[in-house]
Amino acid sequence: MREFICINCPLGCNLKVDDSDLSNIKVTGNTCKRGEKYGIDEVLNPKRMVTSSVKVINGKENVVSVKTKEAIPKALIFESLKLLKNLVLSAPVKIGDIVIKNILDTGVDFIATRNVDKE
Amino acid sequence: MEKHNLVIVGGGPAGLAAAISAYDMGETDIIILERESKLGGILNQCIHNGFGLHTFNEELTGPEYAQRFIDEVNKRNIKYLLDTTVINITNDKHIKALSTSGLYNIEAKAIILSCGCRERPRGAINIAGSRASGIYSAGTAQKLVNIDGYMPGKEVVILGSGDIGLIMARRMIFEGAKVKAVIELMPYSSGLNRNIVQCLNDFNIPLLFSHTVIDIKGKNRVESVVIAEVDEKLNPKLETKQEIKCDTLLLSVGLLPENELARGADVNLSRITRGAIVDDNLMTNIEGIFECGNVLHVHDLVDYVCEEAKEAGIKAYEYINNKDINNYSKTEIICENGVRYTVPELIIKNNDNIPLTLKLRVGNVYKKVKLEVKCDDEIIYSRLRPVVAPGEMEKLDLKPDQVLKLRNANTIKVYLRSIEE
Repeated sequence: MREFICINCPLGCNLKVDDSDLSNIKVTGNTCKRGEKYGIDEVLNPKRMVTSSVKVINGKENVVSVKTKEAIPKALIFESLKLLKNLVLSAPVKIGDIVIKNILDTGVDFIATRNVDKE
Repeated sequence: MEKHNLVIVGGGPAGLAAAISAYDMGETDIIILERESKLGGILNQCIHNGFGLHTFNEELTGPEYAQRFIDEVNKRNIKYLLDTTVINITNDKHIKALSTSGLYNIEAKAIILSCGCRERPRGAINIAGSRASGIYSAGTAQKLVNIDGYMPGKEVVILGSGDIGLIMARRMIFEGAKVKAVIELMPYSSGLNRNIVQCLNDFNIPLLFSHTVIDIKGKNRVESVVIAEVDEKLNPKLETKQEIKCDTLLLSVGLLPENELARGADVNLSRITRGAIVDDNLMTNIEGIFECGNVLHVHDLVDYVCEEAKEAGIKAYEYINNKDINNYSKTEIICENGVRYTVPELIIKNNDNIPLTLKLRVGNVYKKVKLEVKCDDEIIYSRLRPVVAPGEMEKLDLKPDQVLKLRNANTIKVYLRSIEE
């Protein structure tokens, strides 16, 4: 039995995960389906959303915020951030624009989360 | 003198949600006054995800969440002024605002104050030590990194485990800084559990409870901070002191509703929340002045802010169209035994208005308690809570029969009862 705090939403449910049988993991303490999935993932393959920012030129703002469209394996967080480090985008940028496609072969993209208009 | 039916002060999530709901009720003469150069308020710098699960059924970042509301405001052609700071409001609802194009004098039929809160600064907690550079409130650091694109430092200690502090711990690490420790005065965190997990535990950042910063060293730039454990009375135990080398100290030591404008308009403020004392229409003691969002009391979730603001928009509309909504007598809710405050604090008597949600915060971490509401001698609401904590707002959605009892009561008490009793 392992205990986790669900991070899917600010409720932060206290999960109890019975992982004695990895093919039939049982989650209790969750209040929604996402909690169940989180409990199972946390045992088998912990994942996290990654949010950061990227430099923008010719825009009304200096940086644009970005996120992974879905959670990526926790172990890849820092490597995924390295991809953003020297990236420079040119305004305009729109919410949902793909900033980096298929991060480290995860099938997940970095997308913009803010509109940055042209200066 | 410009005249508007509804003036909304602050174009963050609360102001936007209030404007949208008032408009949807039928009010078209609305103006939002925003001091920043874009709408969205603090959400613009909260680039982390986790917003909107309740409202949109998906997990958004702050700027995305804000944009949804901004789009709705634009769809309705609701007017707003940017770079416009309200400098004074009178109790007869005259508003003075400064903008890049000059001074505005506006007369309003109703005002919604949705101006949010600000961070407690170093001066509010009296940390001894040098006045070197490198000391920031967590929110200031957040703005520098996420909006302006500058790093405030490389080796960071964070005082206070509020959500902004926790989020900034991870953010600084993502941008290449080292976060040496998060220091928390209390034996518990006021931040959300999920943030402790995904912002500290994931990166092995130590969280020291019952500790505080007792000295800041460094001449021009912070060079180290001295921390010590505190006793039950929160006094530092000097024999436990240790020095941590760092160049940056971030303070995440609480938020204060920004109520200078309200005070100037003779609005009665709560000594606990530092927000206005409102009735269940979210109206203050000054007829036609409403408050919602973090200026009223600090919320955990923007979804709750918007829910409250939506209500304020509806009530402001009703007030504009039916002036007598303040002419009822009201019962003050008494908070006892662990309950610090409720919002609303005043319940309008014998009103047939049914939907009512009581929001409250407790003063400490309590386990296995019942959260109860007592009207005169009858307990009308009782709910078992395995754990309650100051960091998590409790919401009591009362049923119609319970609301009726609340409105007929002469005394209303809200309290925690230990179930071991």
